[in-house]
Amino acid sequence: MADVVILLDAYASVFGMRVRVALAEKGIKYEYREEDLRNKSQLLLKMNPVHKKIPVLIHNGKPVCESLIIVHYIDEVWKDKAPLLPSDPYQRAQARFWADFIDKKLYDAQKKIWTAKGEEQETAKKEFIEALKVLEGELGGKPYFMGERFGFLDIALITFYSWFHTYETLGNFSIEAECPKLISWAKRCMQKESVSKSLPDPKKVYEYILEMKKKLGVE
Amino acid sequence: MAQVTLLGAWPSPFVYRVIWALKLKGVDYEYVEEDILYNKSERLLKYNPVHKMVPVLVHAGKPIAESAVILEYIEETWPQNPLLPKDPHGRALARFWTKFGEDKNPALFGFLRTEGEQQVKATKEGQEQLRILEEQGLGDKKFFGGDEIGMADLEFGWLAWWLEVWSEITGVTLIEAESFPRLHAWIQRFKEFPTIKETLPDRSAMLTHYKGYKGLRTPYLALAKS
Repeated sequence: MADVVILLDAYASVFGMRVRVALAEKGIKYEYREEDLRNKSQLLLKMNPVHKKIPVLIHNGKPVCESLIIVHYIDEVWKDKAPLLPSDPYQRAQARFWADFIDKKLYDAQKKIWTAKGEEQETAKKEFIEALKVLEGELGGKPYFMGERFGFLDIALITFYSWFHTYETLGNFSIEAECPKLISWAKRCMQKESVSKSLPDPKKVYEYILEMKKKLGVE
Repeated sequence: MAQVTLLGAWPSPFVYRVIWALKLKGVDYEYVEEDILYNKSERLLKYNPVHKMVPVLVHAGKPIAESAVILEYIEETWPQNPLLPKDPHGRALARFWTKFGEDKNPALFGFLRTEGEQQVKATKEGQEQLRILEEQGLGDKKFFGGDEIGMADLEFGWLAWWLEVWSEITGVTLIEAESFPRLHAWIQRFKEFPTIKETLPDRSAMLTHYKGYKGLRTPYLALAKS
């Protein structure tokens, strides 16, 4: 029986992008459905009644929610191609730890860069760069976070790269100046088709955020 | 077998989550108490430089931090008495509810760090999340994990024991048997489960411990994720 895979997503979502990259890495055919987050579909509300958020992966009618949980799911179901998590339990724990760090430290800080102004924005920029520097330290001299192969932790972080232009423009700073090694890593990831085809054009993300700010009355 | 050490702080429910997992799987370990409020050890700072918090599991000299990450590691390293089902969708659901527990920490613990009107509001918000948990998370199952205790049960273990103590101190009852019949029944089952029952912190010691802090704000800060 052929698998039916549907992804409910929104093009600028760093979380949705993670799932796109994972699906592309495994070469999985799926139907992409763009959700209007101000007018959520019945299907989204039915498939994720608890959070009503994207991304949601619907595999043969059954929903899986939360981006990193979905990536784990994809890795477990389509286990014969392109493993995303390392096989060693300690390495897996490290990957999960740092993905958790990204979702907590990095996510909160980046949000304030484009929603706040003045003092608040400056603090957010500082926290954001600090978090990136810690991650850069973790990367060290390796090509990818877990070593020679692109995987789970790279997927968790690379999606934010599509937003760097937005942060830099609104925050008036250069991420490359602060974290050059991380930018090299990002460019390396972007050379993979699974990544470049899954991430939106950074300029489109910026325009989308400008529109969001207008609508939220945050200018 | 390589040495297993758990750095903890009594009576943190995050630490107990890990203790339950180790005990359910019959894993021998050495427990080391850390003073996380006033005097963090060199050892803790070395093993968890990023968050400087407990629990930290050290296995064969290698540290793992964050209770959810530790539970997954324990599950993979000692597969007996599994905390996750075999099928990927079931695993995704168990992880979903475990994450729900983590994400809703602020809402669920809100009543601990507020007073008066704010506390009434915080209690209601906590109960909204518990409603979702009762109806969609637990449903008609014996445990969150189905017939056996699973990862999500360990995540919510604090509801079965710590909540009573905090309720006594604050005068706030988050879960009433009539309003949350399923959660109430699950609480009884969880705390009576043999391995769990033997591994609960002493209630009167807990009362003394938590009463020792003004308004529970300090332990809340200790409990809250950094």
